[in-house]
Amino acid sequence: MKAAIILFPGTNRERDMALALQRATGHRPPLLWHRDTELPAGLDLVVLPGGFSYGDYLRCGAMAAQSPIMRAVKEFAARGGHVLGVCNGFQMLAEAGLLPGALLRNASLRFLSMDCHMRVERADTPFTGRFQRGQVFRATMAHGDGNYFADAATLDRLEGEGLVALRYATPQGEVTAAANRNGSARNIAGLLSPNLRVLGLMPHPENQVDPEIDGTDGLPLFESLAESFAAA
Amino acid sequence: MKAFVTVMPKAGVLDPQGKAIGHALTGLGFAGIGEVRAGKVIELELAETDPVKAKAAAEEMARKLLANTVIESFSVTVG
Repeated sequence: MKAAIILFPGTNRERDMALALQRATGHRPPLLWHRDTELPAGLDLVVLPGGFSYGDYLRCGAMAAQSPIMRAVKEFAARGGHVLGVCNGFQMLAEAGLLPGALLRNASLRFLSMDCHMRVERADTPFTGRFQRGQVFRATMAHGDGNYFADAATLDRLEGEGLVALRYATPQGEVTAAANRNGSARNIAGLLSPNLRVLGLMPHPENQVDPEIDGTDGLPLFESLAESFAAA
Repeated sequence: MKAFVTVMPKAGVLDPQGKAIGHALTGLGFAGIGEVRAGKVIELELAETDPVKAKAAAEEMARKLLANTVIESFSVTVG
């Protein structure tokens, strides 16, 4: 799998993301700068990592969504390229229109820095093939604006088309209001594009990829990607 | 010429910031406070001198960047 990570001013999770991808693929992915206008040839996956791009000015991800490289990322996605956006990356995907809806201020108004659990809603995607459907995994969240919002018609369409990849749940897999710390509509933690090749999620699976450092709960996500490209 | 773009959370979109401000005002002893909504105003200095064109330009800027119309509505005044 040939992956690349995009770096914006204020991005701060690119290194962890690179380590997670390296662990799954054996290769360290290159970092691309937001002012670049083209992606390297033959790329399989573009990753928009977490952080606080452009200081979260205007709205989280709004400035990054308009940066020169995002035009290339949109074209890449339109050609069927795979894109993963985590945390601020999810906010960018929503702002860029690559995923519907928006991420609002957490319902509690508090910045949430804690672990959460997510239930895998479908395991037949390039991002989740190494999980089982209904499996719960732990990840760390660190965001102030992760409250997923979309109007009721959009939410119904997303549910109907099976585009909800991950939902906030208890460790036992129950989708409850208490497990939904940021107040997201229908406990949505991760969302897919209709072709299942774009995934945005707020929590950080790249935090849990090393048995020596907080376990490997998040590793299957990266191994799923590596496997789907190895098989292709 | 100046344009003022007012961006507000849409009706039906949770505005916890507005809610918190309302609670704080009530806590300060101000009575009779109903719903409070918090938005922002973006002030633009434009080279355009025709108010109709300036307004149209600011509205285009609001649609493309200044507001996220999934969650926000906007209005523009010029002067």
